[in-house]
Amino acid sequence: MGEILLPLLILCPLAASMIVSVSAGRMGACAIGTVACTGVGISAVISIILSITLLSGPPAGVLQVTLWPWMHIAGFSADIAFMLDRVSMVMILVVTIVGLLIHVYAAGYMRDDPGIARFFGCMTLFVAAMLVLVLASDLLCLFIGWEGVGLCSYLLIGFWYNDPANTAAARKAFYMTRMGDVALLCGLLLLATATGSLRIGAVLAAVTNGQLAPSGVNLAALFILVGALAKSAQIPFQTWLPDAMAGPTPTSALIHAATMVTAGIYLIARLHDLFAMATPIMALTAILGTLTLLMGACTALVQSDLKRILAWSTISQLGYMFLALGCGVWQAALFHLMTHAFFKALLFLTAGAVIMRTGHEQDIFRLGGLRHAMPGLSAAFAVGASALAGLPLVTAGFYSKEMILSGVWHVHFGLTREWTLSGHPLWGIALLGAFLTALYIFRCVFIVFCGKKQGTSATGRTSRLMSIPLGCLCFLSLCGGVIEMPDTLPPLHLFSTLLDPKTPLSHADEPIWLVLAGALAPLAGLGVAWVLWGRATPVMHEIPGQAAIIRLARTGWGMDALYDRVFVQPFRLLTWLTHHDVLAHAITATGRLTQAVSGRIFQARTGFLDILSIWGSRGTGWMAYLLGQLDNGRVRWYAAWIAGGLCAGLAMAVLS
Amino acid sequence: MPAFSFNDILLLATTLFSVGLAGVLVRRNMVFMLMSLDIMLNAAALVFVGAGARWHDATGQVMFVLILALAAVETAVGLAIILCLHAHGRPTLDADTGNLLRGWNHG
Amino acid sequence: MHALALLAASVTVVGAVMVITRRVAVHAVLYLVVTLLSLAVILVMQGASFAAMLEVIIYAGAIMVLFVFVIMMLNLGHPDSAREKEWLRPRAWCGPGLLAAIVCAELLYCMGTFSGPARPFAPITAHDVGLSLFGRYVLMVELASFLLLAGLVSAFHIGRNRVGGN
Repeated sequence: MGEILLPLLILCPLAASMIVSVSAGRMGACAIGTVACTGVGISAVISIILSITLLSGPPAGVLQVTLWPWMHIAGFSADIAFMLDRVSMVMILVVTIVGLLIHVYAAGYMRDDPGIARFFGCMTLFVAAMLVLVLASDLLCLFIGWEGVGLCSYLLIGFWYNDPANTAAARKAFYMTRMGDVALLCGLLLLATATGSLRIGAVLAAVTNGQLAPSGVNLAALFILVGALAKSAQIPFQTWLPDAMAGPTPTSALIHAATMVTAGIYLIARLHDLFAMATPIMALTAILGTLTLLMGACTALVQSDLKRILAWSTISQLGYMFLALGCGVWQAALFHLMTHAFFKALLFLTAGAVIMRTGHEQDIFRLGGLRHAMPGLSAAFAVGASALAGLPLVTAGFYSKEMILSGVWHVHFGLTREWTLSGHPLWGIALLGAFLTALYIFRCVFIVFCGKKQGTSATGRTSRLMSIPLGCLCFLSLCGGVIEMPDTLPPLHLFSTLLDPKTPLSHADEPIWLVLAGALAPLAGLGVAWVLWGRATPVMHEIPGQAAIIRLARTGWGMDALYDRVFVQPFRLLTWLTHHDVLAHAITATGRLTQAVSGRIFQARTGFLDILSIWGSRGTGWMAYLLGQLDNGRVRWYAAWIAGGLCAGLAMAVLS
Repeated sequence: MPAFSFNDILLLATTLFSVGLAGVLVRRNMVFMLMSLDIMLNAAALVFVGAGARWHDATGQVMFVLILALAAVETAVGLAIILCLHAHGRPTLDADTGNLLRGWNHG
Repeated sequence: MHALALLAASVTVVGAVMVITRRVAVHAVLYLVVTLLSLAVILVMQGASFAAMLEVIIYAGAIMVLFVFVIMMLNLGHPDSAREKEWLRPRAWCGPGLLAAIVCAELLYCMGTFSGPARPFAPITAHDVGLSLFGRYVLMVELASFLLLAGLVSAFHIGRNRVGGN
């Protein structure tokens, strides 16, 4: 049965996408929403059935389906093949269930938009591409899904394409991720030439058997890491994600928070055996993740746009996952990926509802006191915020963050024989990040929902279609984490045992203050946020923007300006130069100059040497003129030059 | 015994190639230039097929098929460009007038 | 050499020469069709019946029809024919013709050194070509499909601009 269900899982959203796109203008908004939700809903049901089948089988059971051979040539073969194991099972559950909730919400949110058919066509296509990505058992097939989600992301960021700013944001996201894709493709080609196949199992077996030289493994891991960094908006590719908030809010929730940006984490978790062989790359992953989580948290602290705060918070949380991957606890990264998908989707959807009801006001300082006007949304946002901050025991975020922190504490990188890197400083920064996370998200909560009422007033009601998904996500954000607990609490390891039955993740010797510190940091953040922004007369209404460092942080640490200087401006100059045909101008100018100089010399002196120099300079002038005549833009002359070159080349071959 | 030896094929292909080259260089009308290019491509394809027959290898005809694809693309794009230029009100199909970027010389 | 082979080869060359010397574009297209058909005859004599078939169907069939359509749409008239005559004066001929002749002579000189024992004649069937094309050269097929797709997109784009320009 699985052989039929697995392709059907991908086919359902794809078919919904086709129906919705083809029917543009012929179906009502309601019908379009129904078709899209049905498509994703069927695949959610199928993924639950498949998961039950998989879990009732043997622990290492894998469902393999090869649809058709793609290409078989000497030394290389690739198939369109899918594989369901426990890692991809977690991913399909997250993608389809969170995707379904967001689709239901979007059916209410986008009801009045004229481009709703285009919107749902892209969204369902995205779900299909994401499922291809997570189910592919061949890295080349995975790459198809990887590019497919990138395409849908581009289309949806630029969804309201009448505003040039939106299309610019879409192009930026496209270019930034494309740079990573080139690196990823290089890594895949490296692996393909070394192992002759891109089937994930075969590649990992070849790597662990030592078929690849260590330098080759390091290089391949580095390339794949760069691809993952770009997809997941980590340093140095983080600039595209805040701008990607130009898209509709359900898009931000589904693509730029819950699923697509986690594709990089999934890829590295999928290839963790390869990365385990490349210790320097693991250390690099951990360090970049740490830097990103700290930077994202600091930037989120000074933003004033609600969606941008959430975007920077996504970057920061993805940094946690990269830190976990770098420390080898990929189970923790996937666990955090799952809980993050729940609470970040909740936060985005709630923010979308708030923004919609306040007349598209995204500045948190113009919102305020919304607690009374929309109690349900305030409660939902508070739940999402506490899960993001990881308030102890009651939220899902606590357990996943705790799992990452304890994994980081125990890690030890043996880079070379003398030089080792302990995980303790990374743990310290991650703890600081947890404190900052609680601080920035509760700043947002207190300013938007508590305090005095500001100018904007809320209108209307949140429709049933939008509030039901919010309720489900609230439940998941609160209770989705109890399947995995630290050892000091009841040692429950459902999730990590599920992923890897052979080597369950357990740290029985963990000191109790480790868990305590992880629990207290968010509480401290909450307390400080309350003191600063929460009380009736807040200490600080707005972080003063005068300090240079805050202004810098507000613009994302000037990375955009830096990239503009380093990459965009030189490229613009180059295009300007080629557009104005500078070479021809330079040649002509040289010729004119030498002719002018020779004229001057002729007027001044008439000695033999002078005449020689005059004719010399005249000669160069004519030469320059002739050179200028070479690129006269006439196709036949160019053809003649090619023929002349052929003539000369043949003559040399004949005469030699 | 084949009707041609490989040497004869090479002779014929060279002649065809030169005729095509002369056509590209001489004619100013872009339609004629495209036709001459097709003659040159055919000459190259003929050498491939001849070599395939000489060494009894199917690769020659594989290359012939690929050249066919190339010729189809080249002709389609070239003719589309000609139509586009013509529709933009260019008086003649003279290739020499297309020597300016962003516009053309009406002289 | 076979008399038929000699005839086909001379028709090919004469047809090619006629193509590049015609004043009226439709005449040139007709001569090009003649050239391609006689080239197909030569291909059959080489034992490449599959290639000959493709030559007739795709080249002489499809591509030439493209030319005919475009010439119809261009609507060339008497002034164009006169202009062609103006452009085909000996002054315009001699330089490029000399260049082409030199290339021809050099190529002939180069290949004059080629010799080798002839093999027994055996045709290469479509079956062999197909096996080779979709076996060892399947990546080439993919590349060719990329090329065709790129051609399709660019032809479409150029054509669309033309509509927008009017």
